[in-house]
Amino acid sequence: MSAAPDAVTGGPYEPARLPATRACLTRVGLPRPGVALAVAFFALVCLAAAFPSAFAHAPDQVNPALALRGPTAGHPLGTDQLGRDVLARLVFGARPSLLVGVGSTLLAGVAGAAWGLLAALGGRVAGEAAMRLADVLLSFPAVLMALLVVAVLGPGTRNAALAITVALAPGFARVVRAQALVVRGSSYVRAAVGLGLAPARILLRHIAPNVVAPLLILATVNVGTALIAGASLSFLGLGPQPPAPEWGAMLAQSRDYLDVSWTLALFPGAAITLTVMSATVAGRALQDRYEGREAR
Amino acid sequence: MSGDHPSAPLLEVAGLSVAFATRHGVVRAVRDVDLSLRAGECLAVVGESGSGKSVTARALLGLAGAGARVTARTLAFEGRDLRTLGGGQWRRLRGRRIGYVLQDALTSLDPLRRVGLEVAEALEVHGLARRDDLDDQVIRLLTEVGVPDPRVRFLQYPHELSGGLRQRALIASAIAAGPALLVADEPTTALDVTVQAQVLGLLEERRRRGTALLLISHDLAVVARLADQVAVMFAGEVVERGPAAALLSSPAHPYTADLLAAVPGLDDPDAPDATDGPEAPHGPDASDARGGPGGPGGPVRGLPIVRTGPAATTGCPYAPRCALADDRCRSEPPPPVSYGEGGPEGEDHMVRCFHPGRERPAAAFETPVAPVRVKNRAVVSVRGITKRYRSPDGSRRTAVGDVSFDLRAGEALGLVGESGSGKSTTARIVLAEIVPDTGTVLLDGEPWSGLRERDRRSRRSRIQLVDQDPLSSFDPRFTVERVVGEAVPGRMPRRRRRERAAALLGQVGLDPALLDRVPARLSGGQRQRVAIARALAPGPEVLVCDEPVSALDVTVQAQILALLARLRREAGVALLFISHDLGVVRQVCDRVAVMKDGRLVETGAVADVFRAPRAAYTAELLAAVPRIDPGRTAGERPHAAVTLEGHP
Repeated sequence: MSAAPDAVTGGPYEPARLPATRACLTRVGLPRPGVALAVAFFALVCLAAAFPSAFAHAPDQVNPALALRGPTAGHPLGTDQLGRDVLARLVFGARPSLLVGVGSTLLAGVAGAAWGLLAALGGRVAGEAAMRLADVLLSFPAVLMALLVVAVLGPGTRNAALAITVALAPGFARVVRAQALVVRGSSYVRAAVGLGLAPARILLRHIAPNVVAPLLILATVNVGTALIAGASLSFLGLGPQPPAPEWGAMLAQSRDYLDVSWTLALFPGAAITLTVMSATVAGRALQDRYEGREAR
Repeated sequence: MSGDHPSAPLLEVAGLSVAFATRHGVVRAVRDVDLSLRAGECLAVVGESGSGKSVTARALLGLAGAGARVTARTLAFEGRDLRTLGGGQWRRLRGRRIGYVLQDALTSLDPLRRVGLEVAEALEVHGLARRDDLDDQVIRLLTEVGVPDPRVRFLQYPHELSGGLRQRALIASAIAAGPALLVADEPTTALDVTVQAQVLGLLEERRRRGTALLLISHDLAVVARLADQVAVMFAGEVVERGPAAALLSSPAHPYTADLLAAVPGLDDPDAPDATDGPEAPHGPDASDARGGPGGPGGPVRGLPIVRTGPAATTGCPYAPRCALADDRCRSEPPPPVSYGEGGPEGEDHMVRCFHPGRERPAAAFETPVAPVRVKNRAVVSVRGITKRYRSPDGSRRTAVGDVSFDLRAGEALGLVGESGSGKSTTARIVLAEIVPDTGTVLLDGEPWSGLRERDRRSRRSRIQLVDQDPLSSFDPRFTVERVVGEAVPGRMPRRRRRERAAALLGQVGLDPALLDRVPARLSGGQRQRVAIARALAPGPEVLVCDEPVSALDVTVQAQILALLARLRREAGVALLFISHDLGVVRQVCDRVAVMKDGRLVETGAVADVFRAPRAAYTAELLAAVPRIDPGRTAGERPHAAVTLEGHP
């Protein structure tokens, strides 16, 4: 605000223009190249998770003679300590990694939405109880909470996903409750009451949809967090069990061979980093766009 | 003071343009504006929202913003060329030679700083006070702007002060350094009329002492009292500029004339411009009709966007809304011309119009229909309602105390009061949104306020609300069709519901093509029409209108009032019309009830109350209303002598 105009000049008026490339991208609906790249990469990971055999074969084929090689023509990302193809293992590892990341976010979203709506619209006692429980759960760091749940349930893909769900759900519940309280007190709900609509109809038609939209945004942004948490759990050996390929587990195993083959740690680490980054960038872009539209 | 010759202009602006680059192209918010202001003079810049008046003010302060491109042929203040100033030079000028007063005093004051520090800052920054007498200077300043108990206020935080006191504190910090020019952007817009009158008096006092005033306002009546010169802005251009007396008594530009006609007056409720004003029967509302290059789809309402070549900016910007517009107006921009004889000191009266001063055709006015029949049956009976709230400090505050009135079928009852008088609480009790502590409300003679919500629900369609802020009363995901359609009672197929919604839009003067729009993309006037259509949908007997026009520009306000008056005749609904604006109430209502501190101080027929108020408070309210009285200004020119007084 305090910035002085830098163009107080007496010269003739020249219309300012957006850079040509930016204008061109805007026209086709891709405002930011970084976002486009992130979306493309995340889509690629999703495709790999859905149809791994379309991209690579035989992730479990052992070939001790070729163990711990760097990238070659036959194995573009090299081989691991058992001579398994790293590219194939990365491709087949996409599914469990995403399952834990995206699956737990979805579950947490649904559970958190129900929890938050109950807290906001249920009775005073129920609401207080639900929120104090969320406070208790949120007072533990997410990974610690997930560790606790896995310790009780035992390791494995499904249990890791459940553990992260438990860790994330209270956060969602809190957002949903806050939003539901805002919507319930809003003028348009007041107007709906004034029209004589029944409470159930107001909940379904006005409150729930207006609560869900911000929840979806939060969920997209949270996928990155969940992916990291999932990879962390399997890095600690609590996720999918060997020989199943999974990025966090691959990263953990590569530690023992760092002095022989540094690329072994590089590629799973890069896969996790890039996927988390692309999910977060895409989520934030969605958030900007949603909020931008809200403001207009 | 600057020591200049009194007649040399303090501020001289020629060819000022401000443009912003946006995603949608370049928005030229201000185009080719010429202004000049002498010491001790007041120039009022008047225009509706989006007309570029605030951007003009900010450009004069070097605050147009980082994305703005400011160009001018002349931009001089006290003989200095402002175009070449750097950031540091601007900062030394701002606050010291040019003071700036903003509209919203609560957000303009730092909530974490005591008021005294805020005022002291201006003195400190410019090195105008020694530390040991800083406090005394601040207290002197606060006294000067009429803050009572300045030693107490000095140590208080902004939220502990009333709106009027905050505005005074803001003015105190703006004048702390003794600036030669005070720029006030809508300084009284958020204030009650009585407080507004005080703040205007304070500004007048500054001017009398020789400070030049640049007053930005959307309200002609507010500036009429203070201004020596008036510049009327529309769509980024000054369309008319001249001595206040000449401009207000014989406006040359049709837009100025429209603005003047739209100001709700206290004296003349039967004039055709009042209730049956310029409401185009099915025409789009003003801000929409502006259309043209910057139509409703544009990013900034009403501002032309330069997309390709000069074709986008041909013609007079007011032509789409102008009753006098012809082909020439639409094809070439009118150049500035002199009009009339100007001011008594030879000031120029400039207008950009091909038909300056021509009488507007009366065809735009709606012909009055049969007068309203008010029956003697009370649809709403309010009996001794009281509502008390617990304050944060534990004491109980009476929001509404023992209020009783009847609203008869087909009647329009105005509920008037300043903020905090309990009028909105009363409205919410009448709507049965909150339950009174004592007393009852009857609807059609049957219990209403005491019912359980379950039993009330089926009768809610009898009484509907039109709110101040229609946009927030629409579900943000809903289109106009769903907003209005939802209010249509009964089960019916979607097509049938859409037809009903379209018919309702027609009834409030909106194009049914708007059904598929999202309300966020409508203009303020259109939104309020949609809100009225929704309120009419269930076929109510009573419309509760809570400040329905206070957020609208004055020309749009006149249209909405005309619409309410028409609907009252056609649909026979009774209006409970809540407003802080006495002029508006005078236009619309048959009877008026005046509230103060939660109690009714006076009730009576509008004509009687306005002519001969019985309560002292009503008289005070009436006296505080700013009014346009060009005769006074034209006759005696009280400021001429005063200006000289400042420069002996």
